[in-house]
Amino acid sequence: MSGHSFQYSRAANVDDARLQASRPGTAFLAGGTDLLQLWKSGAMTPAAVVDISRLPLDDVEFTDGQLSLGALARLSDVATHLDVRRYHPLIAEAILASASGQIRNMATIGGNLLQRTRCPYFRNEQLACNKRKPGSGCGALSGENRQAALFGTSPSCVATHASDLAVALAALDAEVEVLGSEGERRVPLRDLYRLPGETPEHETNLAPGELITGVHVPDATCFAGCSTYLKIRDRASFEFAIVSVAAALQIENGRIVTARLAAGGVAPLPWRLDRTEAALAGRALDAQAIAAAGEMAVEHARPLADNRFKVALLRNAVIRALQTLGSRS
Amino acid sequence: MSPVSSVTISLKINGRDHEIPVAACDTLLDVLRDKLGMTGTKKGCDMGACGACTVLAEGRRIKSCLALAASCDGRAITTIEGVGAADELHPLQAAFIRHDALQCGYCTPGQVMSALALLEERPATLAAIREGMSGNLCRCGGYPNIVAAIAEVAGL
Repeated sequence: MSGHSFQYSRAANVDDARLQASRPGTAFLAGGTDLLQLWKSGAMTPAAVVDISRLPLDDVEFTDGQLSLGALARLSDVATHLDVRRYHPLIAEAILASASGQIRNMATIGGNLLQRTRCPYFRNEQLACNKRKPGSGCGALSGENRQAALFGTSPSCVATHASDLAVALAALDAEVEVLGSEGERRVPLRDLYRLPGETPEHETNLAPGELITGVHVPDATCFAGCSTYLKIRDRASFEFAIVSVAAALQIENGRIVTARLAAGGVAPLPWRLDRTEAALAGRALDAQAIAAAGEMAVEHARPLADNRFKVALLRNAVIRALQTLGSRS
Repeated sequence: MSPVSSVTISLKINGRDHEIPVAACDTLLDVLRDKLGMTGTKKGCDMGACGACTVLAEGRRIKSCLALAASCDGRAITTIEGVGAADELHPLQAAFIRHDALQCGYCTPGQVMSALALLEERPATLAAIREGMSGNLCRCGGYPNIVAAIAEVAGL
């Protein structure tokens, strides 16, 4: 335990939550599964936490193909929701590949999207980390960097984003609903996160006090039966991704009409493989197209000393995910 | 409410009501063990990785080391002390003994609480039990016997 203590308050409503959290040093507490780990490890030392877990933001609604997830819906409730399983299996798969049964009962949709990196330098207050302590350096850059990112890194930070759910949501073009001082706005999930650049401490485009209230997922009927979430990790369960791939295809008359590919564990944010998607469009899902997609997915990868294996892993994960879809279509 | 350093919470633990003053940053695990003397729930890693601290909150399994006590105000909690009795074990506890599903026993309360919740999900295969129990580590390596005990109660 860090020895540092914080104060506690309970938000009466979303506006109260937003106002309280706009005070410096204040963190939202939902499920608490990440915040308490961060606090115990000294990676985060909030002066106060605002408990939002009782706010009425836990609905899961499915209407006319559109899925809306309340920010405080528990991961387990979303993954077992019949409409999610039936119409958005990619989301259910990604969640069920995350954490453990106990954690999924606690963790929330919004909290999962805002979880902090698992980079060991970030999680250990003794080590150098620009994200935790700006200006202290990036210990991972020349140190233990087996987990580090391949894309989107900077000399300041090579950490990855750890959410499986965010990878699936990025592939599905989800939007995040945010409440701020000027009311509600919607942000494409892809634009929620920032690349580290020289300011890795700023991970999202949320203003202080802004609260994620929900996630909206467009109709995914066109991907029915043709999506998969492939997660590669060091052990079979209850582990973060070394590499993951969310893949969804719309195939008509033997040709790919729309391809969606996003990778996890390889970048500071869920990494959409736009060029690979575009190259697949119009082609038949044959061995040649699949192999080319695997190669294209790893173009411009910038591995470090210990994570070079991730390049081959990502290439092969893309290939396997597409083969899986090919065997179903 | 404005930020406070301590708060009095209500918990219904194993059917009994408690009013407990807690610090703002106390975990449910520390309140159970240190404030209430209910040491059946174990502290292993204290970081949500090992599952030794598993309890049920409103019937759902959670890791009490990652649950802020103040946030649990008003909840019904079930701990291992609320499962079975010395002269009348819960069928799952009896199965753990029959299958030799423990060595040192430190992880066992968490294994039992986690498995009780998993059984409610009706796991259909041994693989589903293994996956469903991945949040509970056993450093003695008792996994095959733990899975066998749960499988017996699940009727597999």
